[in-house]
Amino acid sequence: MYTEKVMDHFTNPRNVGEIKEASGIGEVGNAKCGDIMRIYLQVENDIITDVKFKTFGCGAAIATSSMVTEMVKGKKLDQALEISNKAVAEALGGLPPAKMHCSNLAADALHEAIKDYIAKKGK
Amino acid sequence: MKRIYFDHSATTPVNREVAELMMEYMTDKFGNASSVHGFGREARKAMEQAREKVAALINAAPNEIIFNSGGTESDNLAIKGVAFANRKKGNHIITTSIEHHAVMHTCEYLEKQGFTVTYLPVDEHAMIRMEDLKNAITDQTILISIMFANNEVGTIQPIKEIGQLAKERGIYFHTDAVQAVGHYPIDVKELNIDLLTMAGHKFYASKGVGALYVRRGVKIAEIQHGGGHERNMRAGTENVPGIVGLGKAAEIAMRDMDKEIAHVQALRDKIITGITEKMSHVKLNGHPESRLPGSVNFSFLFIEGESLLLNLDLKGIAASSGSACTSGSLDPSHVLLAMGLTHEVAHGSLRVTLGRDNTEDEVDYFLEVLPEIVERLRSMSPLYGSAADFKPSNPCTSCHNHDHY
Repeated sequence: MYTEKVMDHFTNPRNVGEIKEASGIGEVGNAKCGDIMRIYLQVENDIITDVKFKTFGCGAAIATSSMVTEMVKGKKLDQALEISNKAVAEALGGLPPAKMHCSNLAADALHEAIKDYIAKKGK
Repeated sequence: MKRIYFDHSATTPVNREVAELMMEYMTDKFGNASSVHGFGREARKAMEQAREKVAALINAAPNEIIFNSGGTESDNLAIKGVAFANRKKGNHIITTSIEHHAVMHTCEYLEKQGFTVTYLPVDEHAMIRMEDLKNAITDQTILISIMFANNEVGTIQPIKEIGQLAKERGIYFHTDAVQAVGHYPIDVKELNIDLLTMAGHKFYASKGVGALYVRRGVKIAEIQHGGGHERNMRAGTENVPGIVGLGKAAEIAMRDMDKEIAHVQALRDKIITGITEKMSHVKLNGHPESRLPGSVNFSFLFIEGESLLLNLDLKGIAASSGSACTSGSLDPSHVLLAMGLTHEVAHGSLRVTLGRDNTEDEVDYFLEVLPEIVERLRSMSPLYGSAADFKPSNPCTSCHNHDHY
């Protein structure tokens, strides 16, 4: 039911882990849904220099988390904000319909992390 | 890569001897059991022999067996059949909150038809309390429908006590026994069971065939109309190959039951001991003693079931889970939630159900690969280790339409 690309990111997820002293952290989802995604960002001069994730969830949740980290590394913040959940799913060659809702939140987690960075910077 | 099948509660392979016999009744002996001629008589005779074997497996009389398409149909016929035939006596049905959907949704349908249904809660081991059952009975109660053994966690209900109580109070007792028939000794007379559901594909017969046992004297209405097959209780040309196969499977199950119970129970206990001793943050789901000999269900905290299943599948092992992602809905298994498990813990459940062909080598291999997989998924989980200390400033913002899906 998953594409090869999804299975690739699921079996070899990129950028798993945490960033200590991260510039921004974003988390979405909840245990009720069965998916929690957290993204850690390192930002320098408005460019995402490093990104890591931790995810509790199904195959789609892990694969989209991994995919979004690959998509944003080295990107400017405003470019990263333009990445949508749909774009992440498309980059993976699509997700099964049932997974499009709850397990496709990685871009949301990314946006939360950017917002967190902006809020911290403003202080 | 070797392929290991640990999902026998979902379905079992058809026994070769059963399949060969079925083939015979599809090709050479293909007659319609209702026909007068030799072809028909040949099919009829084989079908009646199968009826005797199926009846013997649960200590029923042959004329108390109604052949049909399987578990869902049997549950529908038992529950709707009793409800509609006994409406004048009362309109109350008692069942549990952990039934298979075939029972649960049938009861919900009857609620729309004016019946009242009590869904008994269960304790942490998925066991009903006899006290709750006694208290739920009213002068309107016409049927108690409680599963023999739970399909997800394997807990076996106090069937004998329930049967005794139902008998004393003059209430019909139906049990969905699809997980137990052929795997666990059942004597419908000793247990005072009035109606019992079985499905062929759960004990090495084929999909699409099953039976409902209806004790002689139980008042039940037909729900499918047509020809007078199965003593007017199940219209439609009999699935002779399926039925003959069901009979063979019943015969084999009865012959090998003791041996098979000993075999799967030893494997089950090895898995339970192995996981409990080797791994941390695990929880055995279901009753510690009163459980199916071949059924194991564990929750692995901090991880989600589907990713666990996918990883096991990549290692050639087929199991199942009560996580939402595998149940086809957004909520995890209603059984695990009824037992009081939190959503997180329910999402992380893994069910392993063993069968006659499983070996100790397969169990050893499973116990070897499982801890690595769980550890790897935990290392990715925000709920585990140092990552668990983080408290998000922006909790769940995206999962807003949970209730409207």
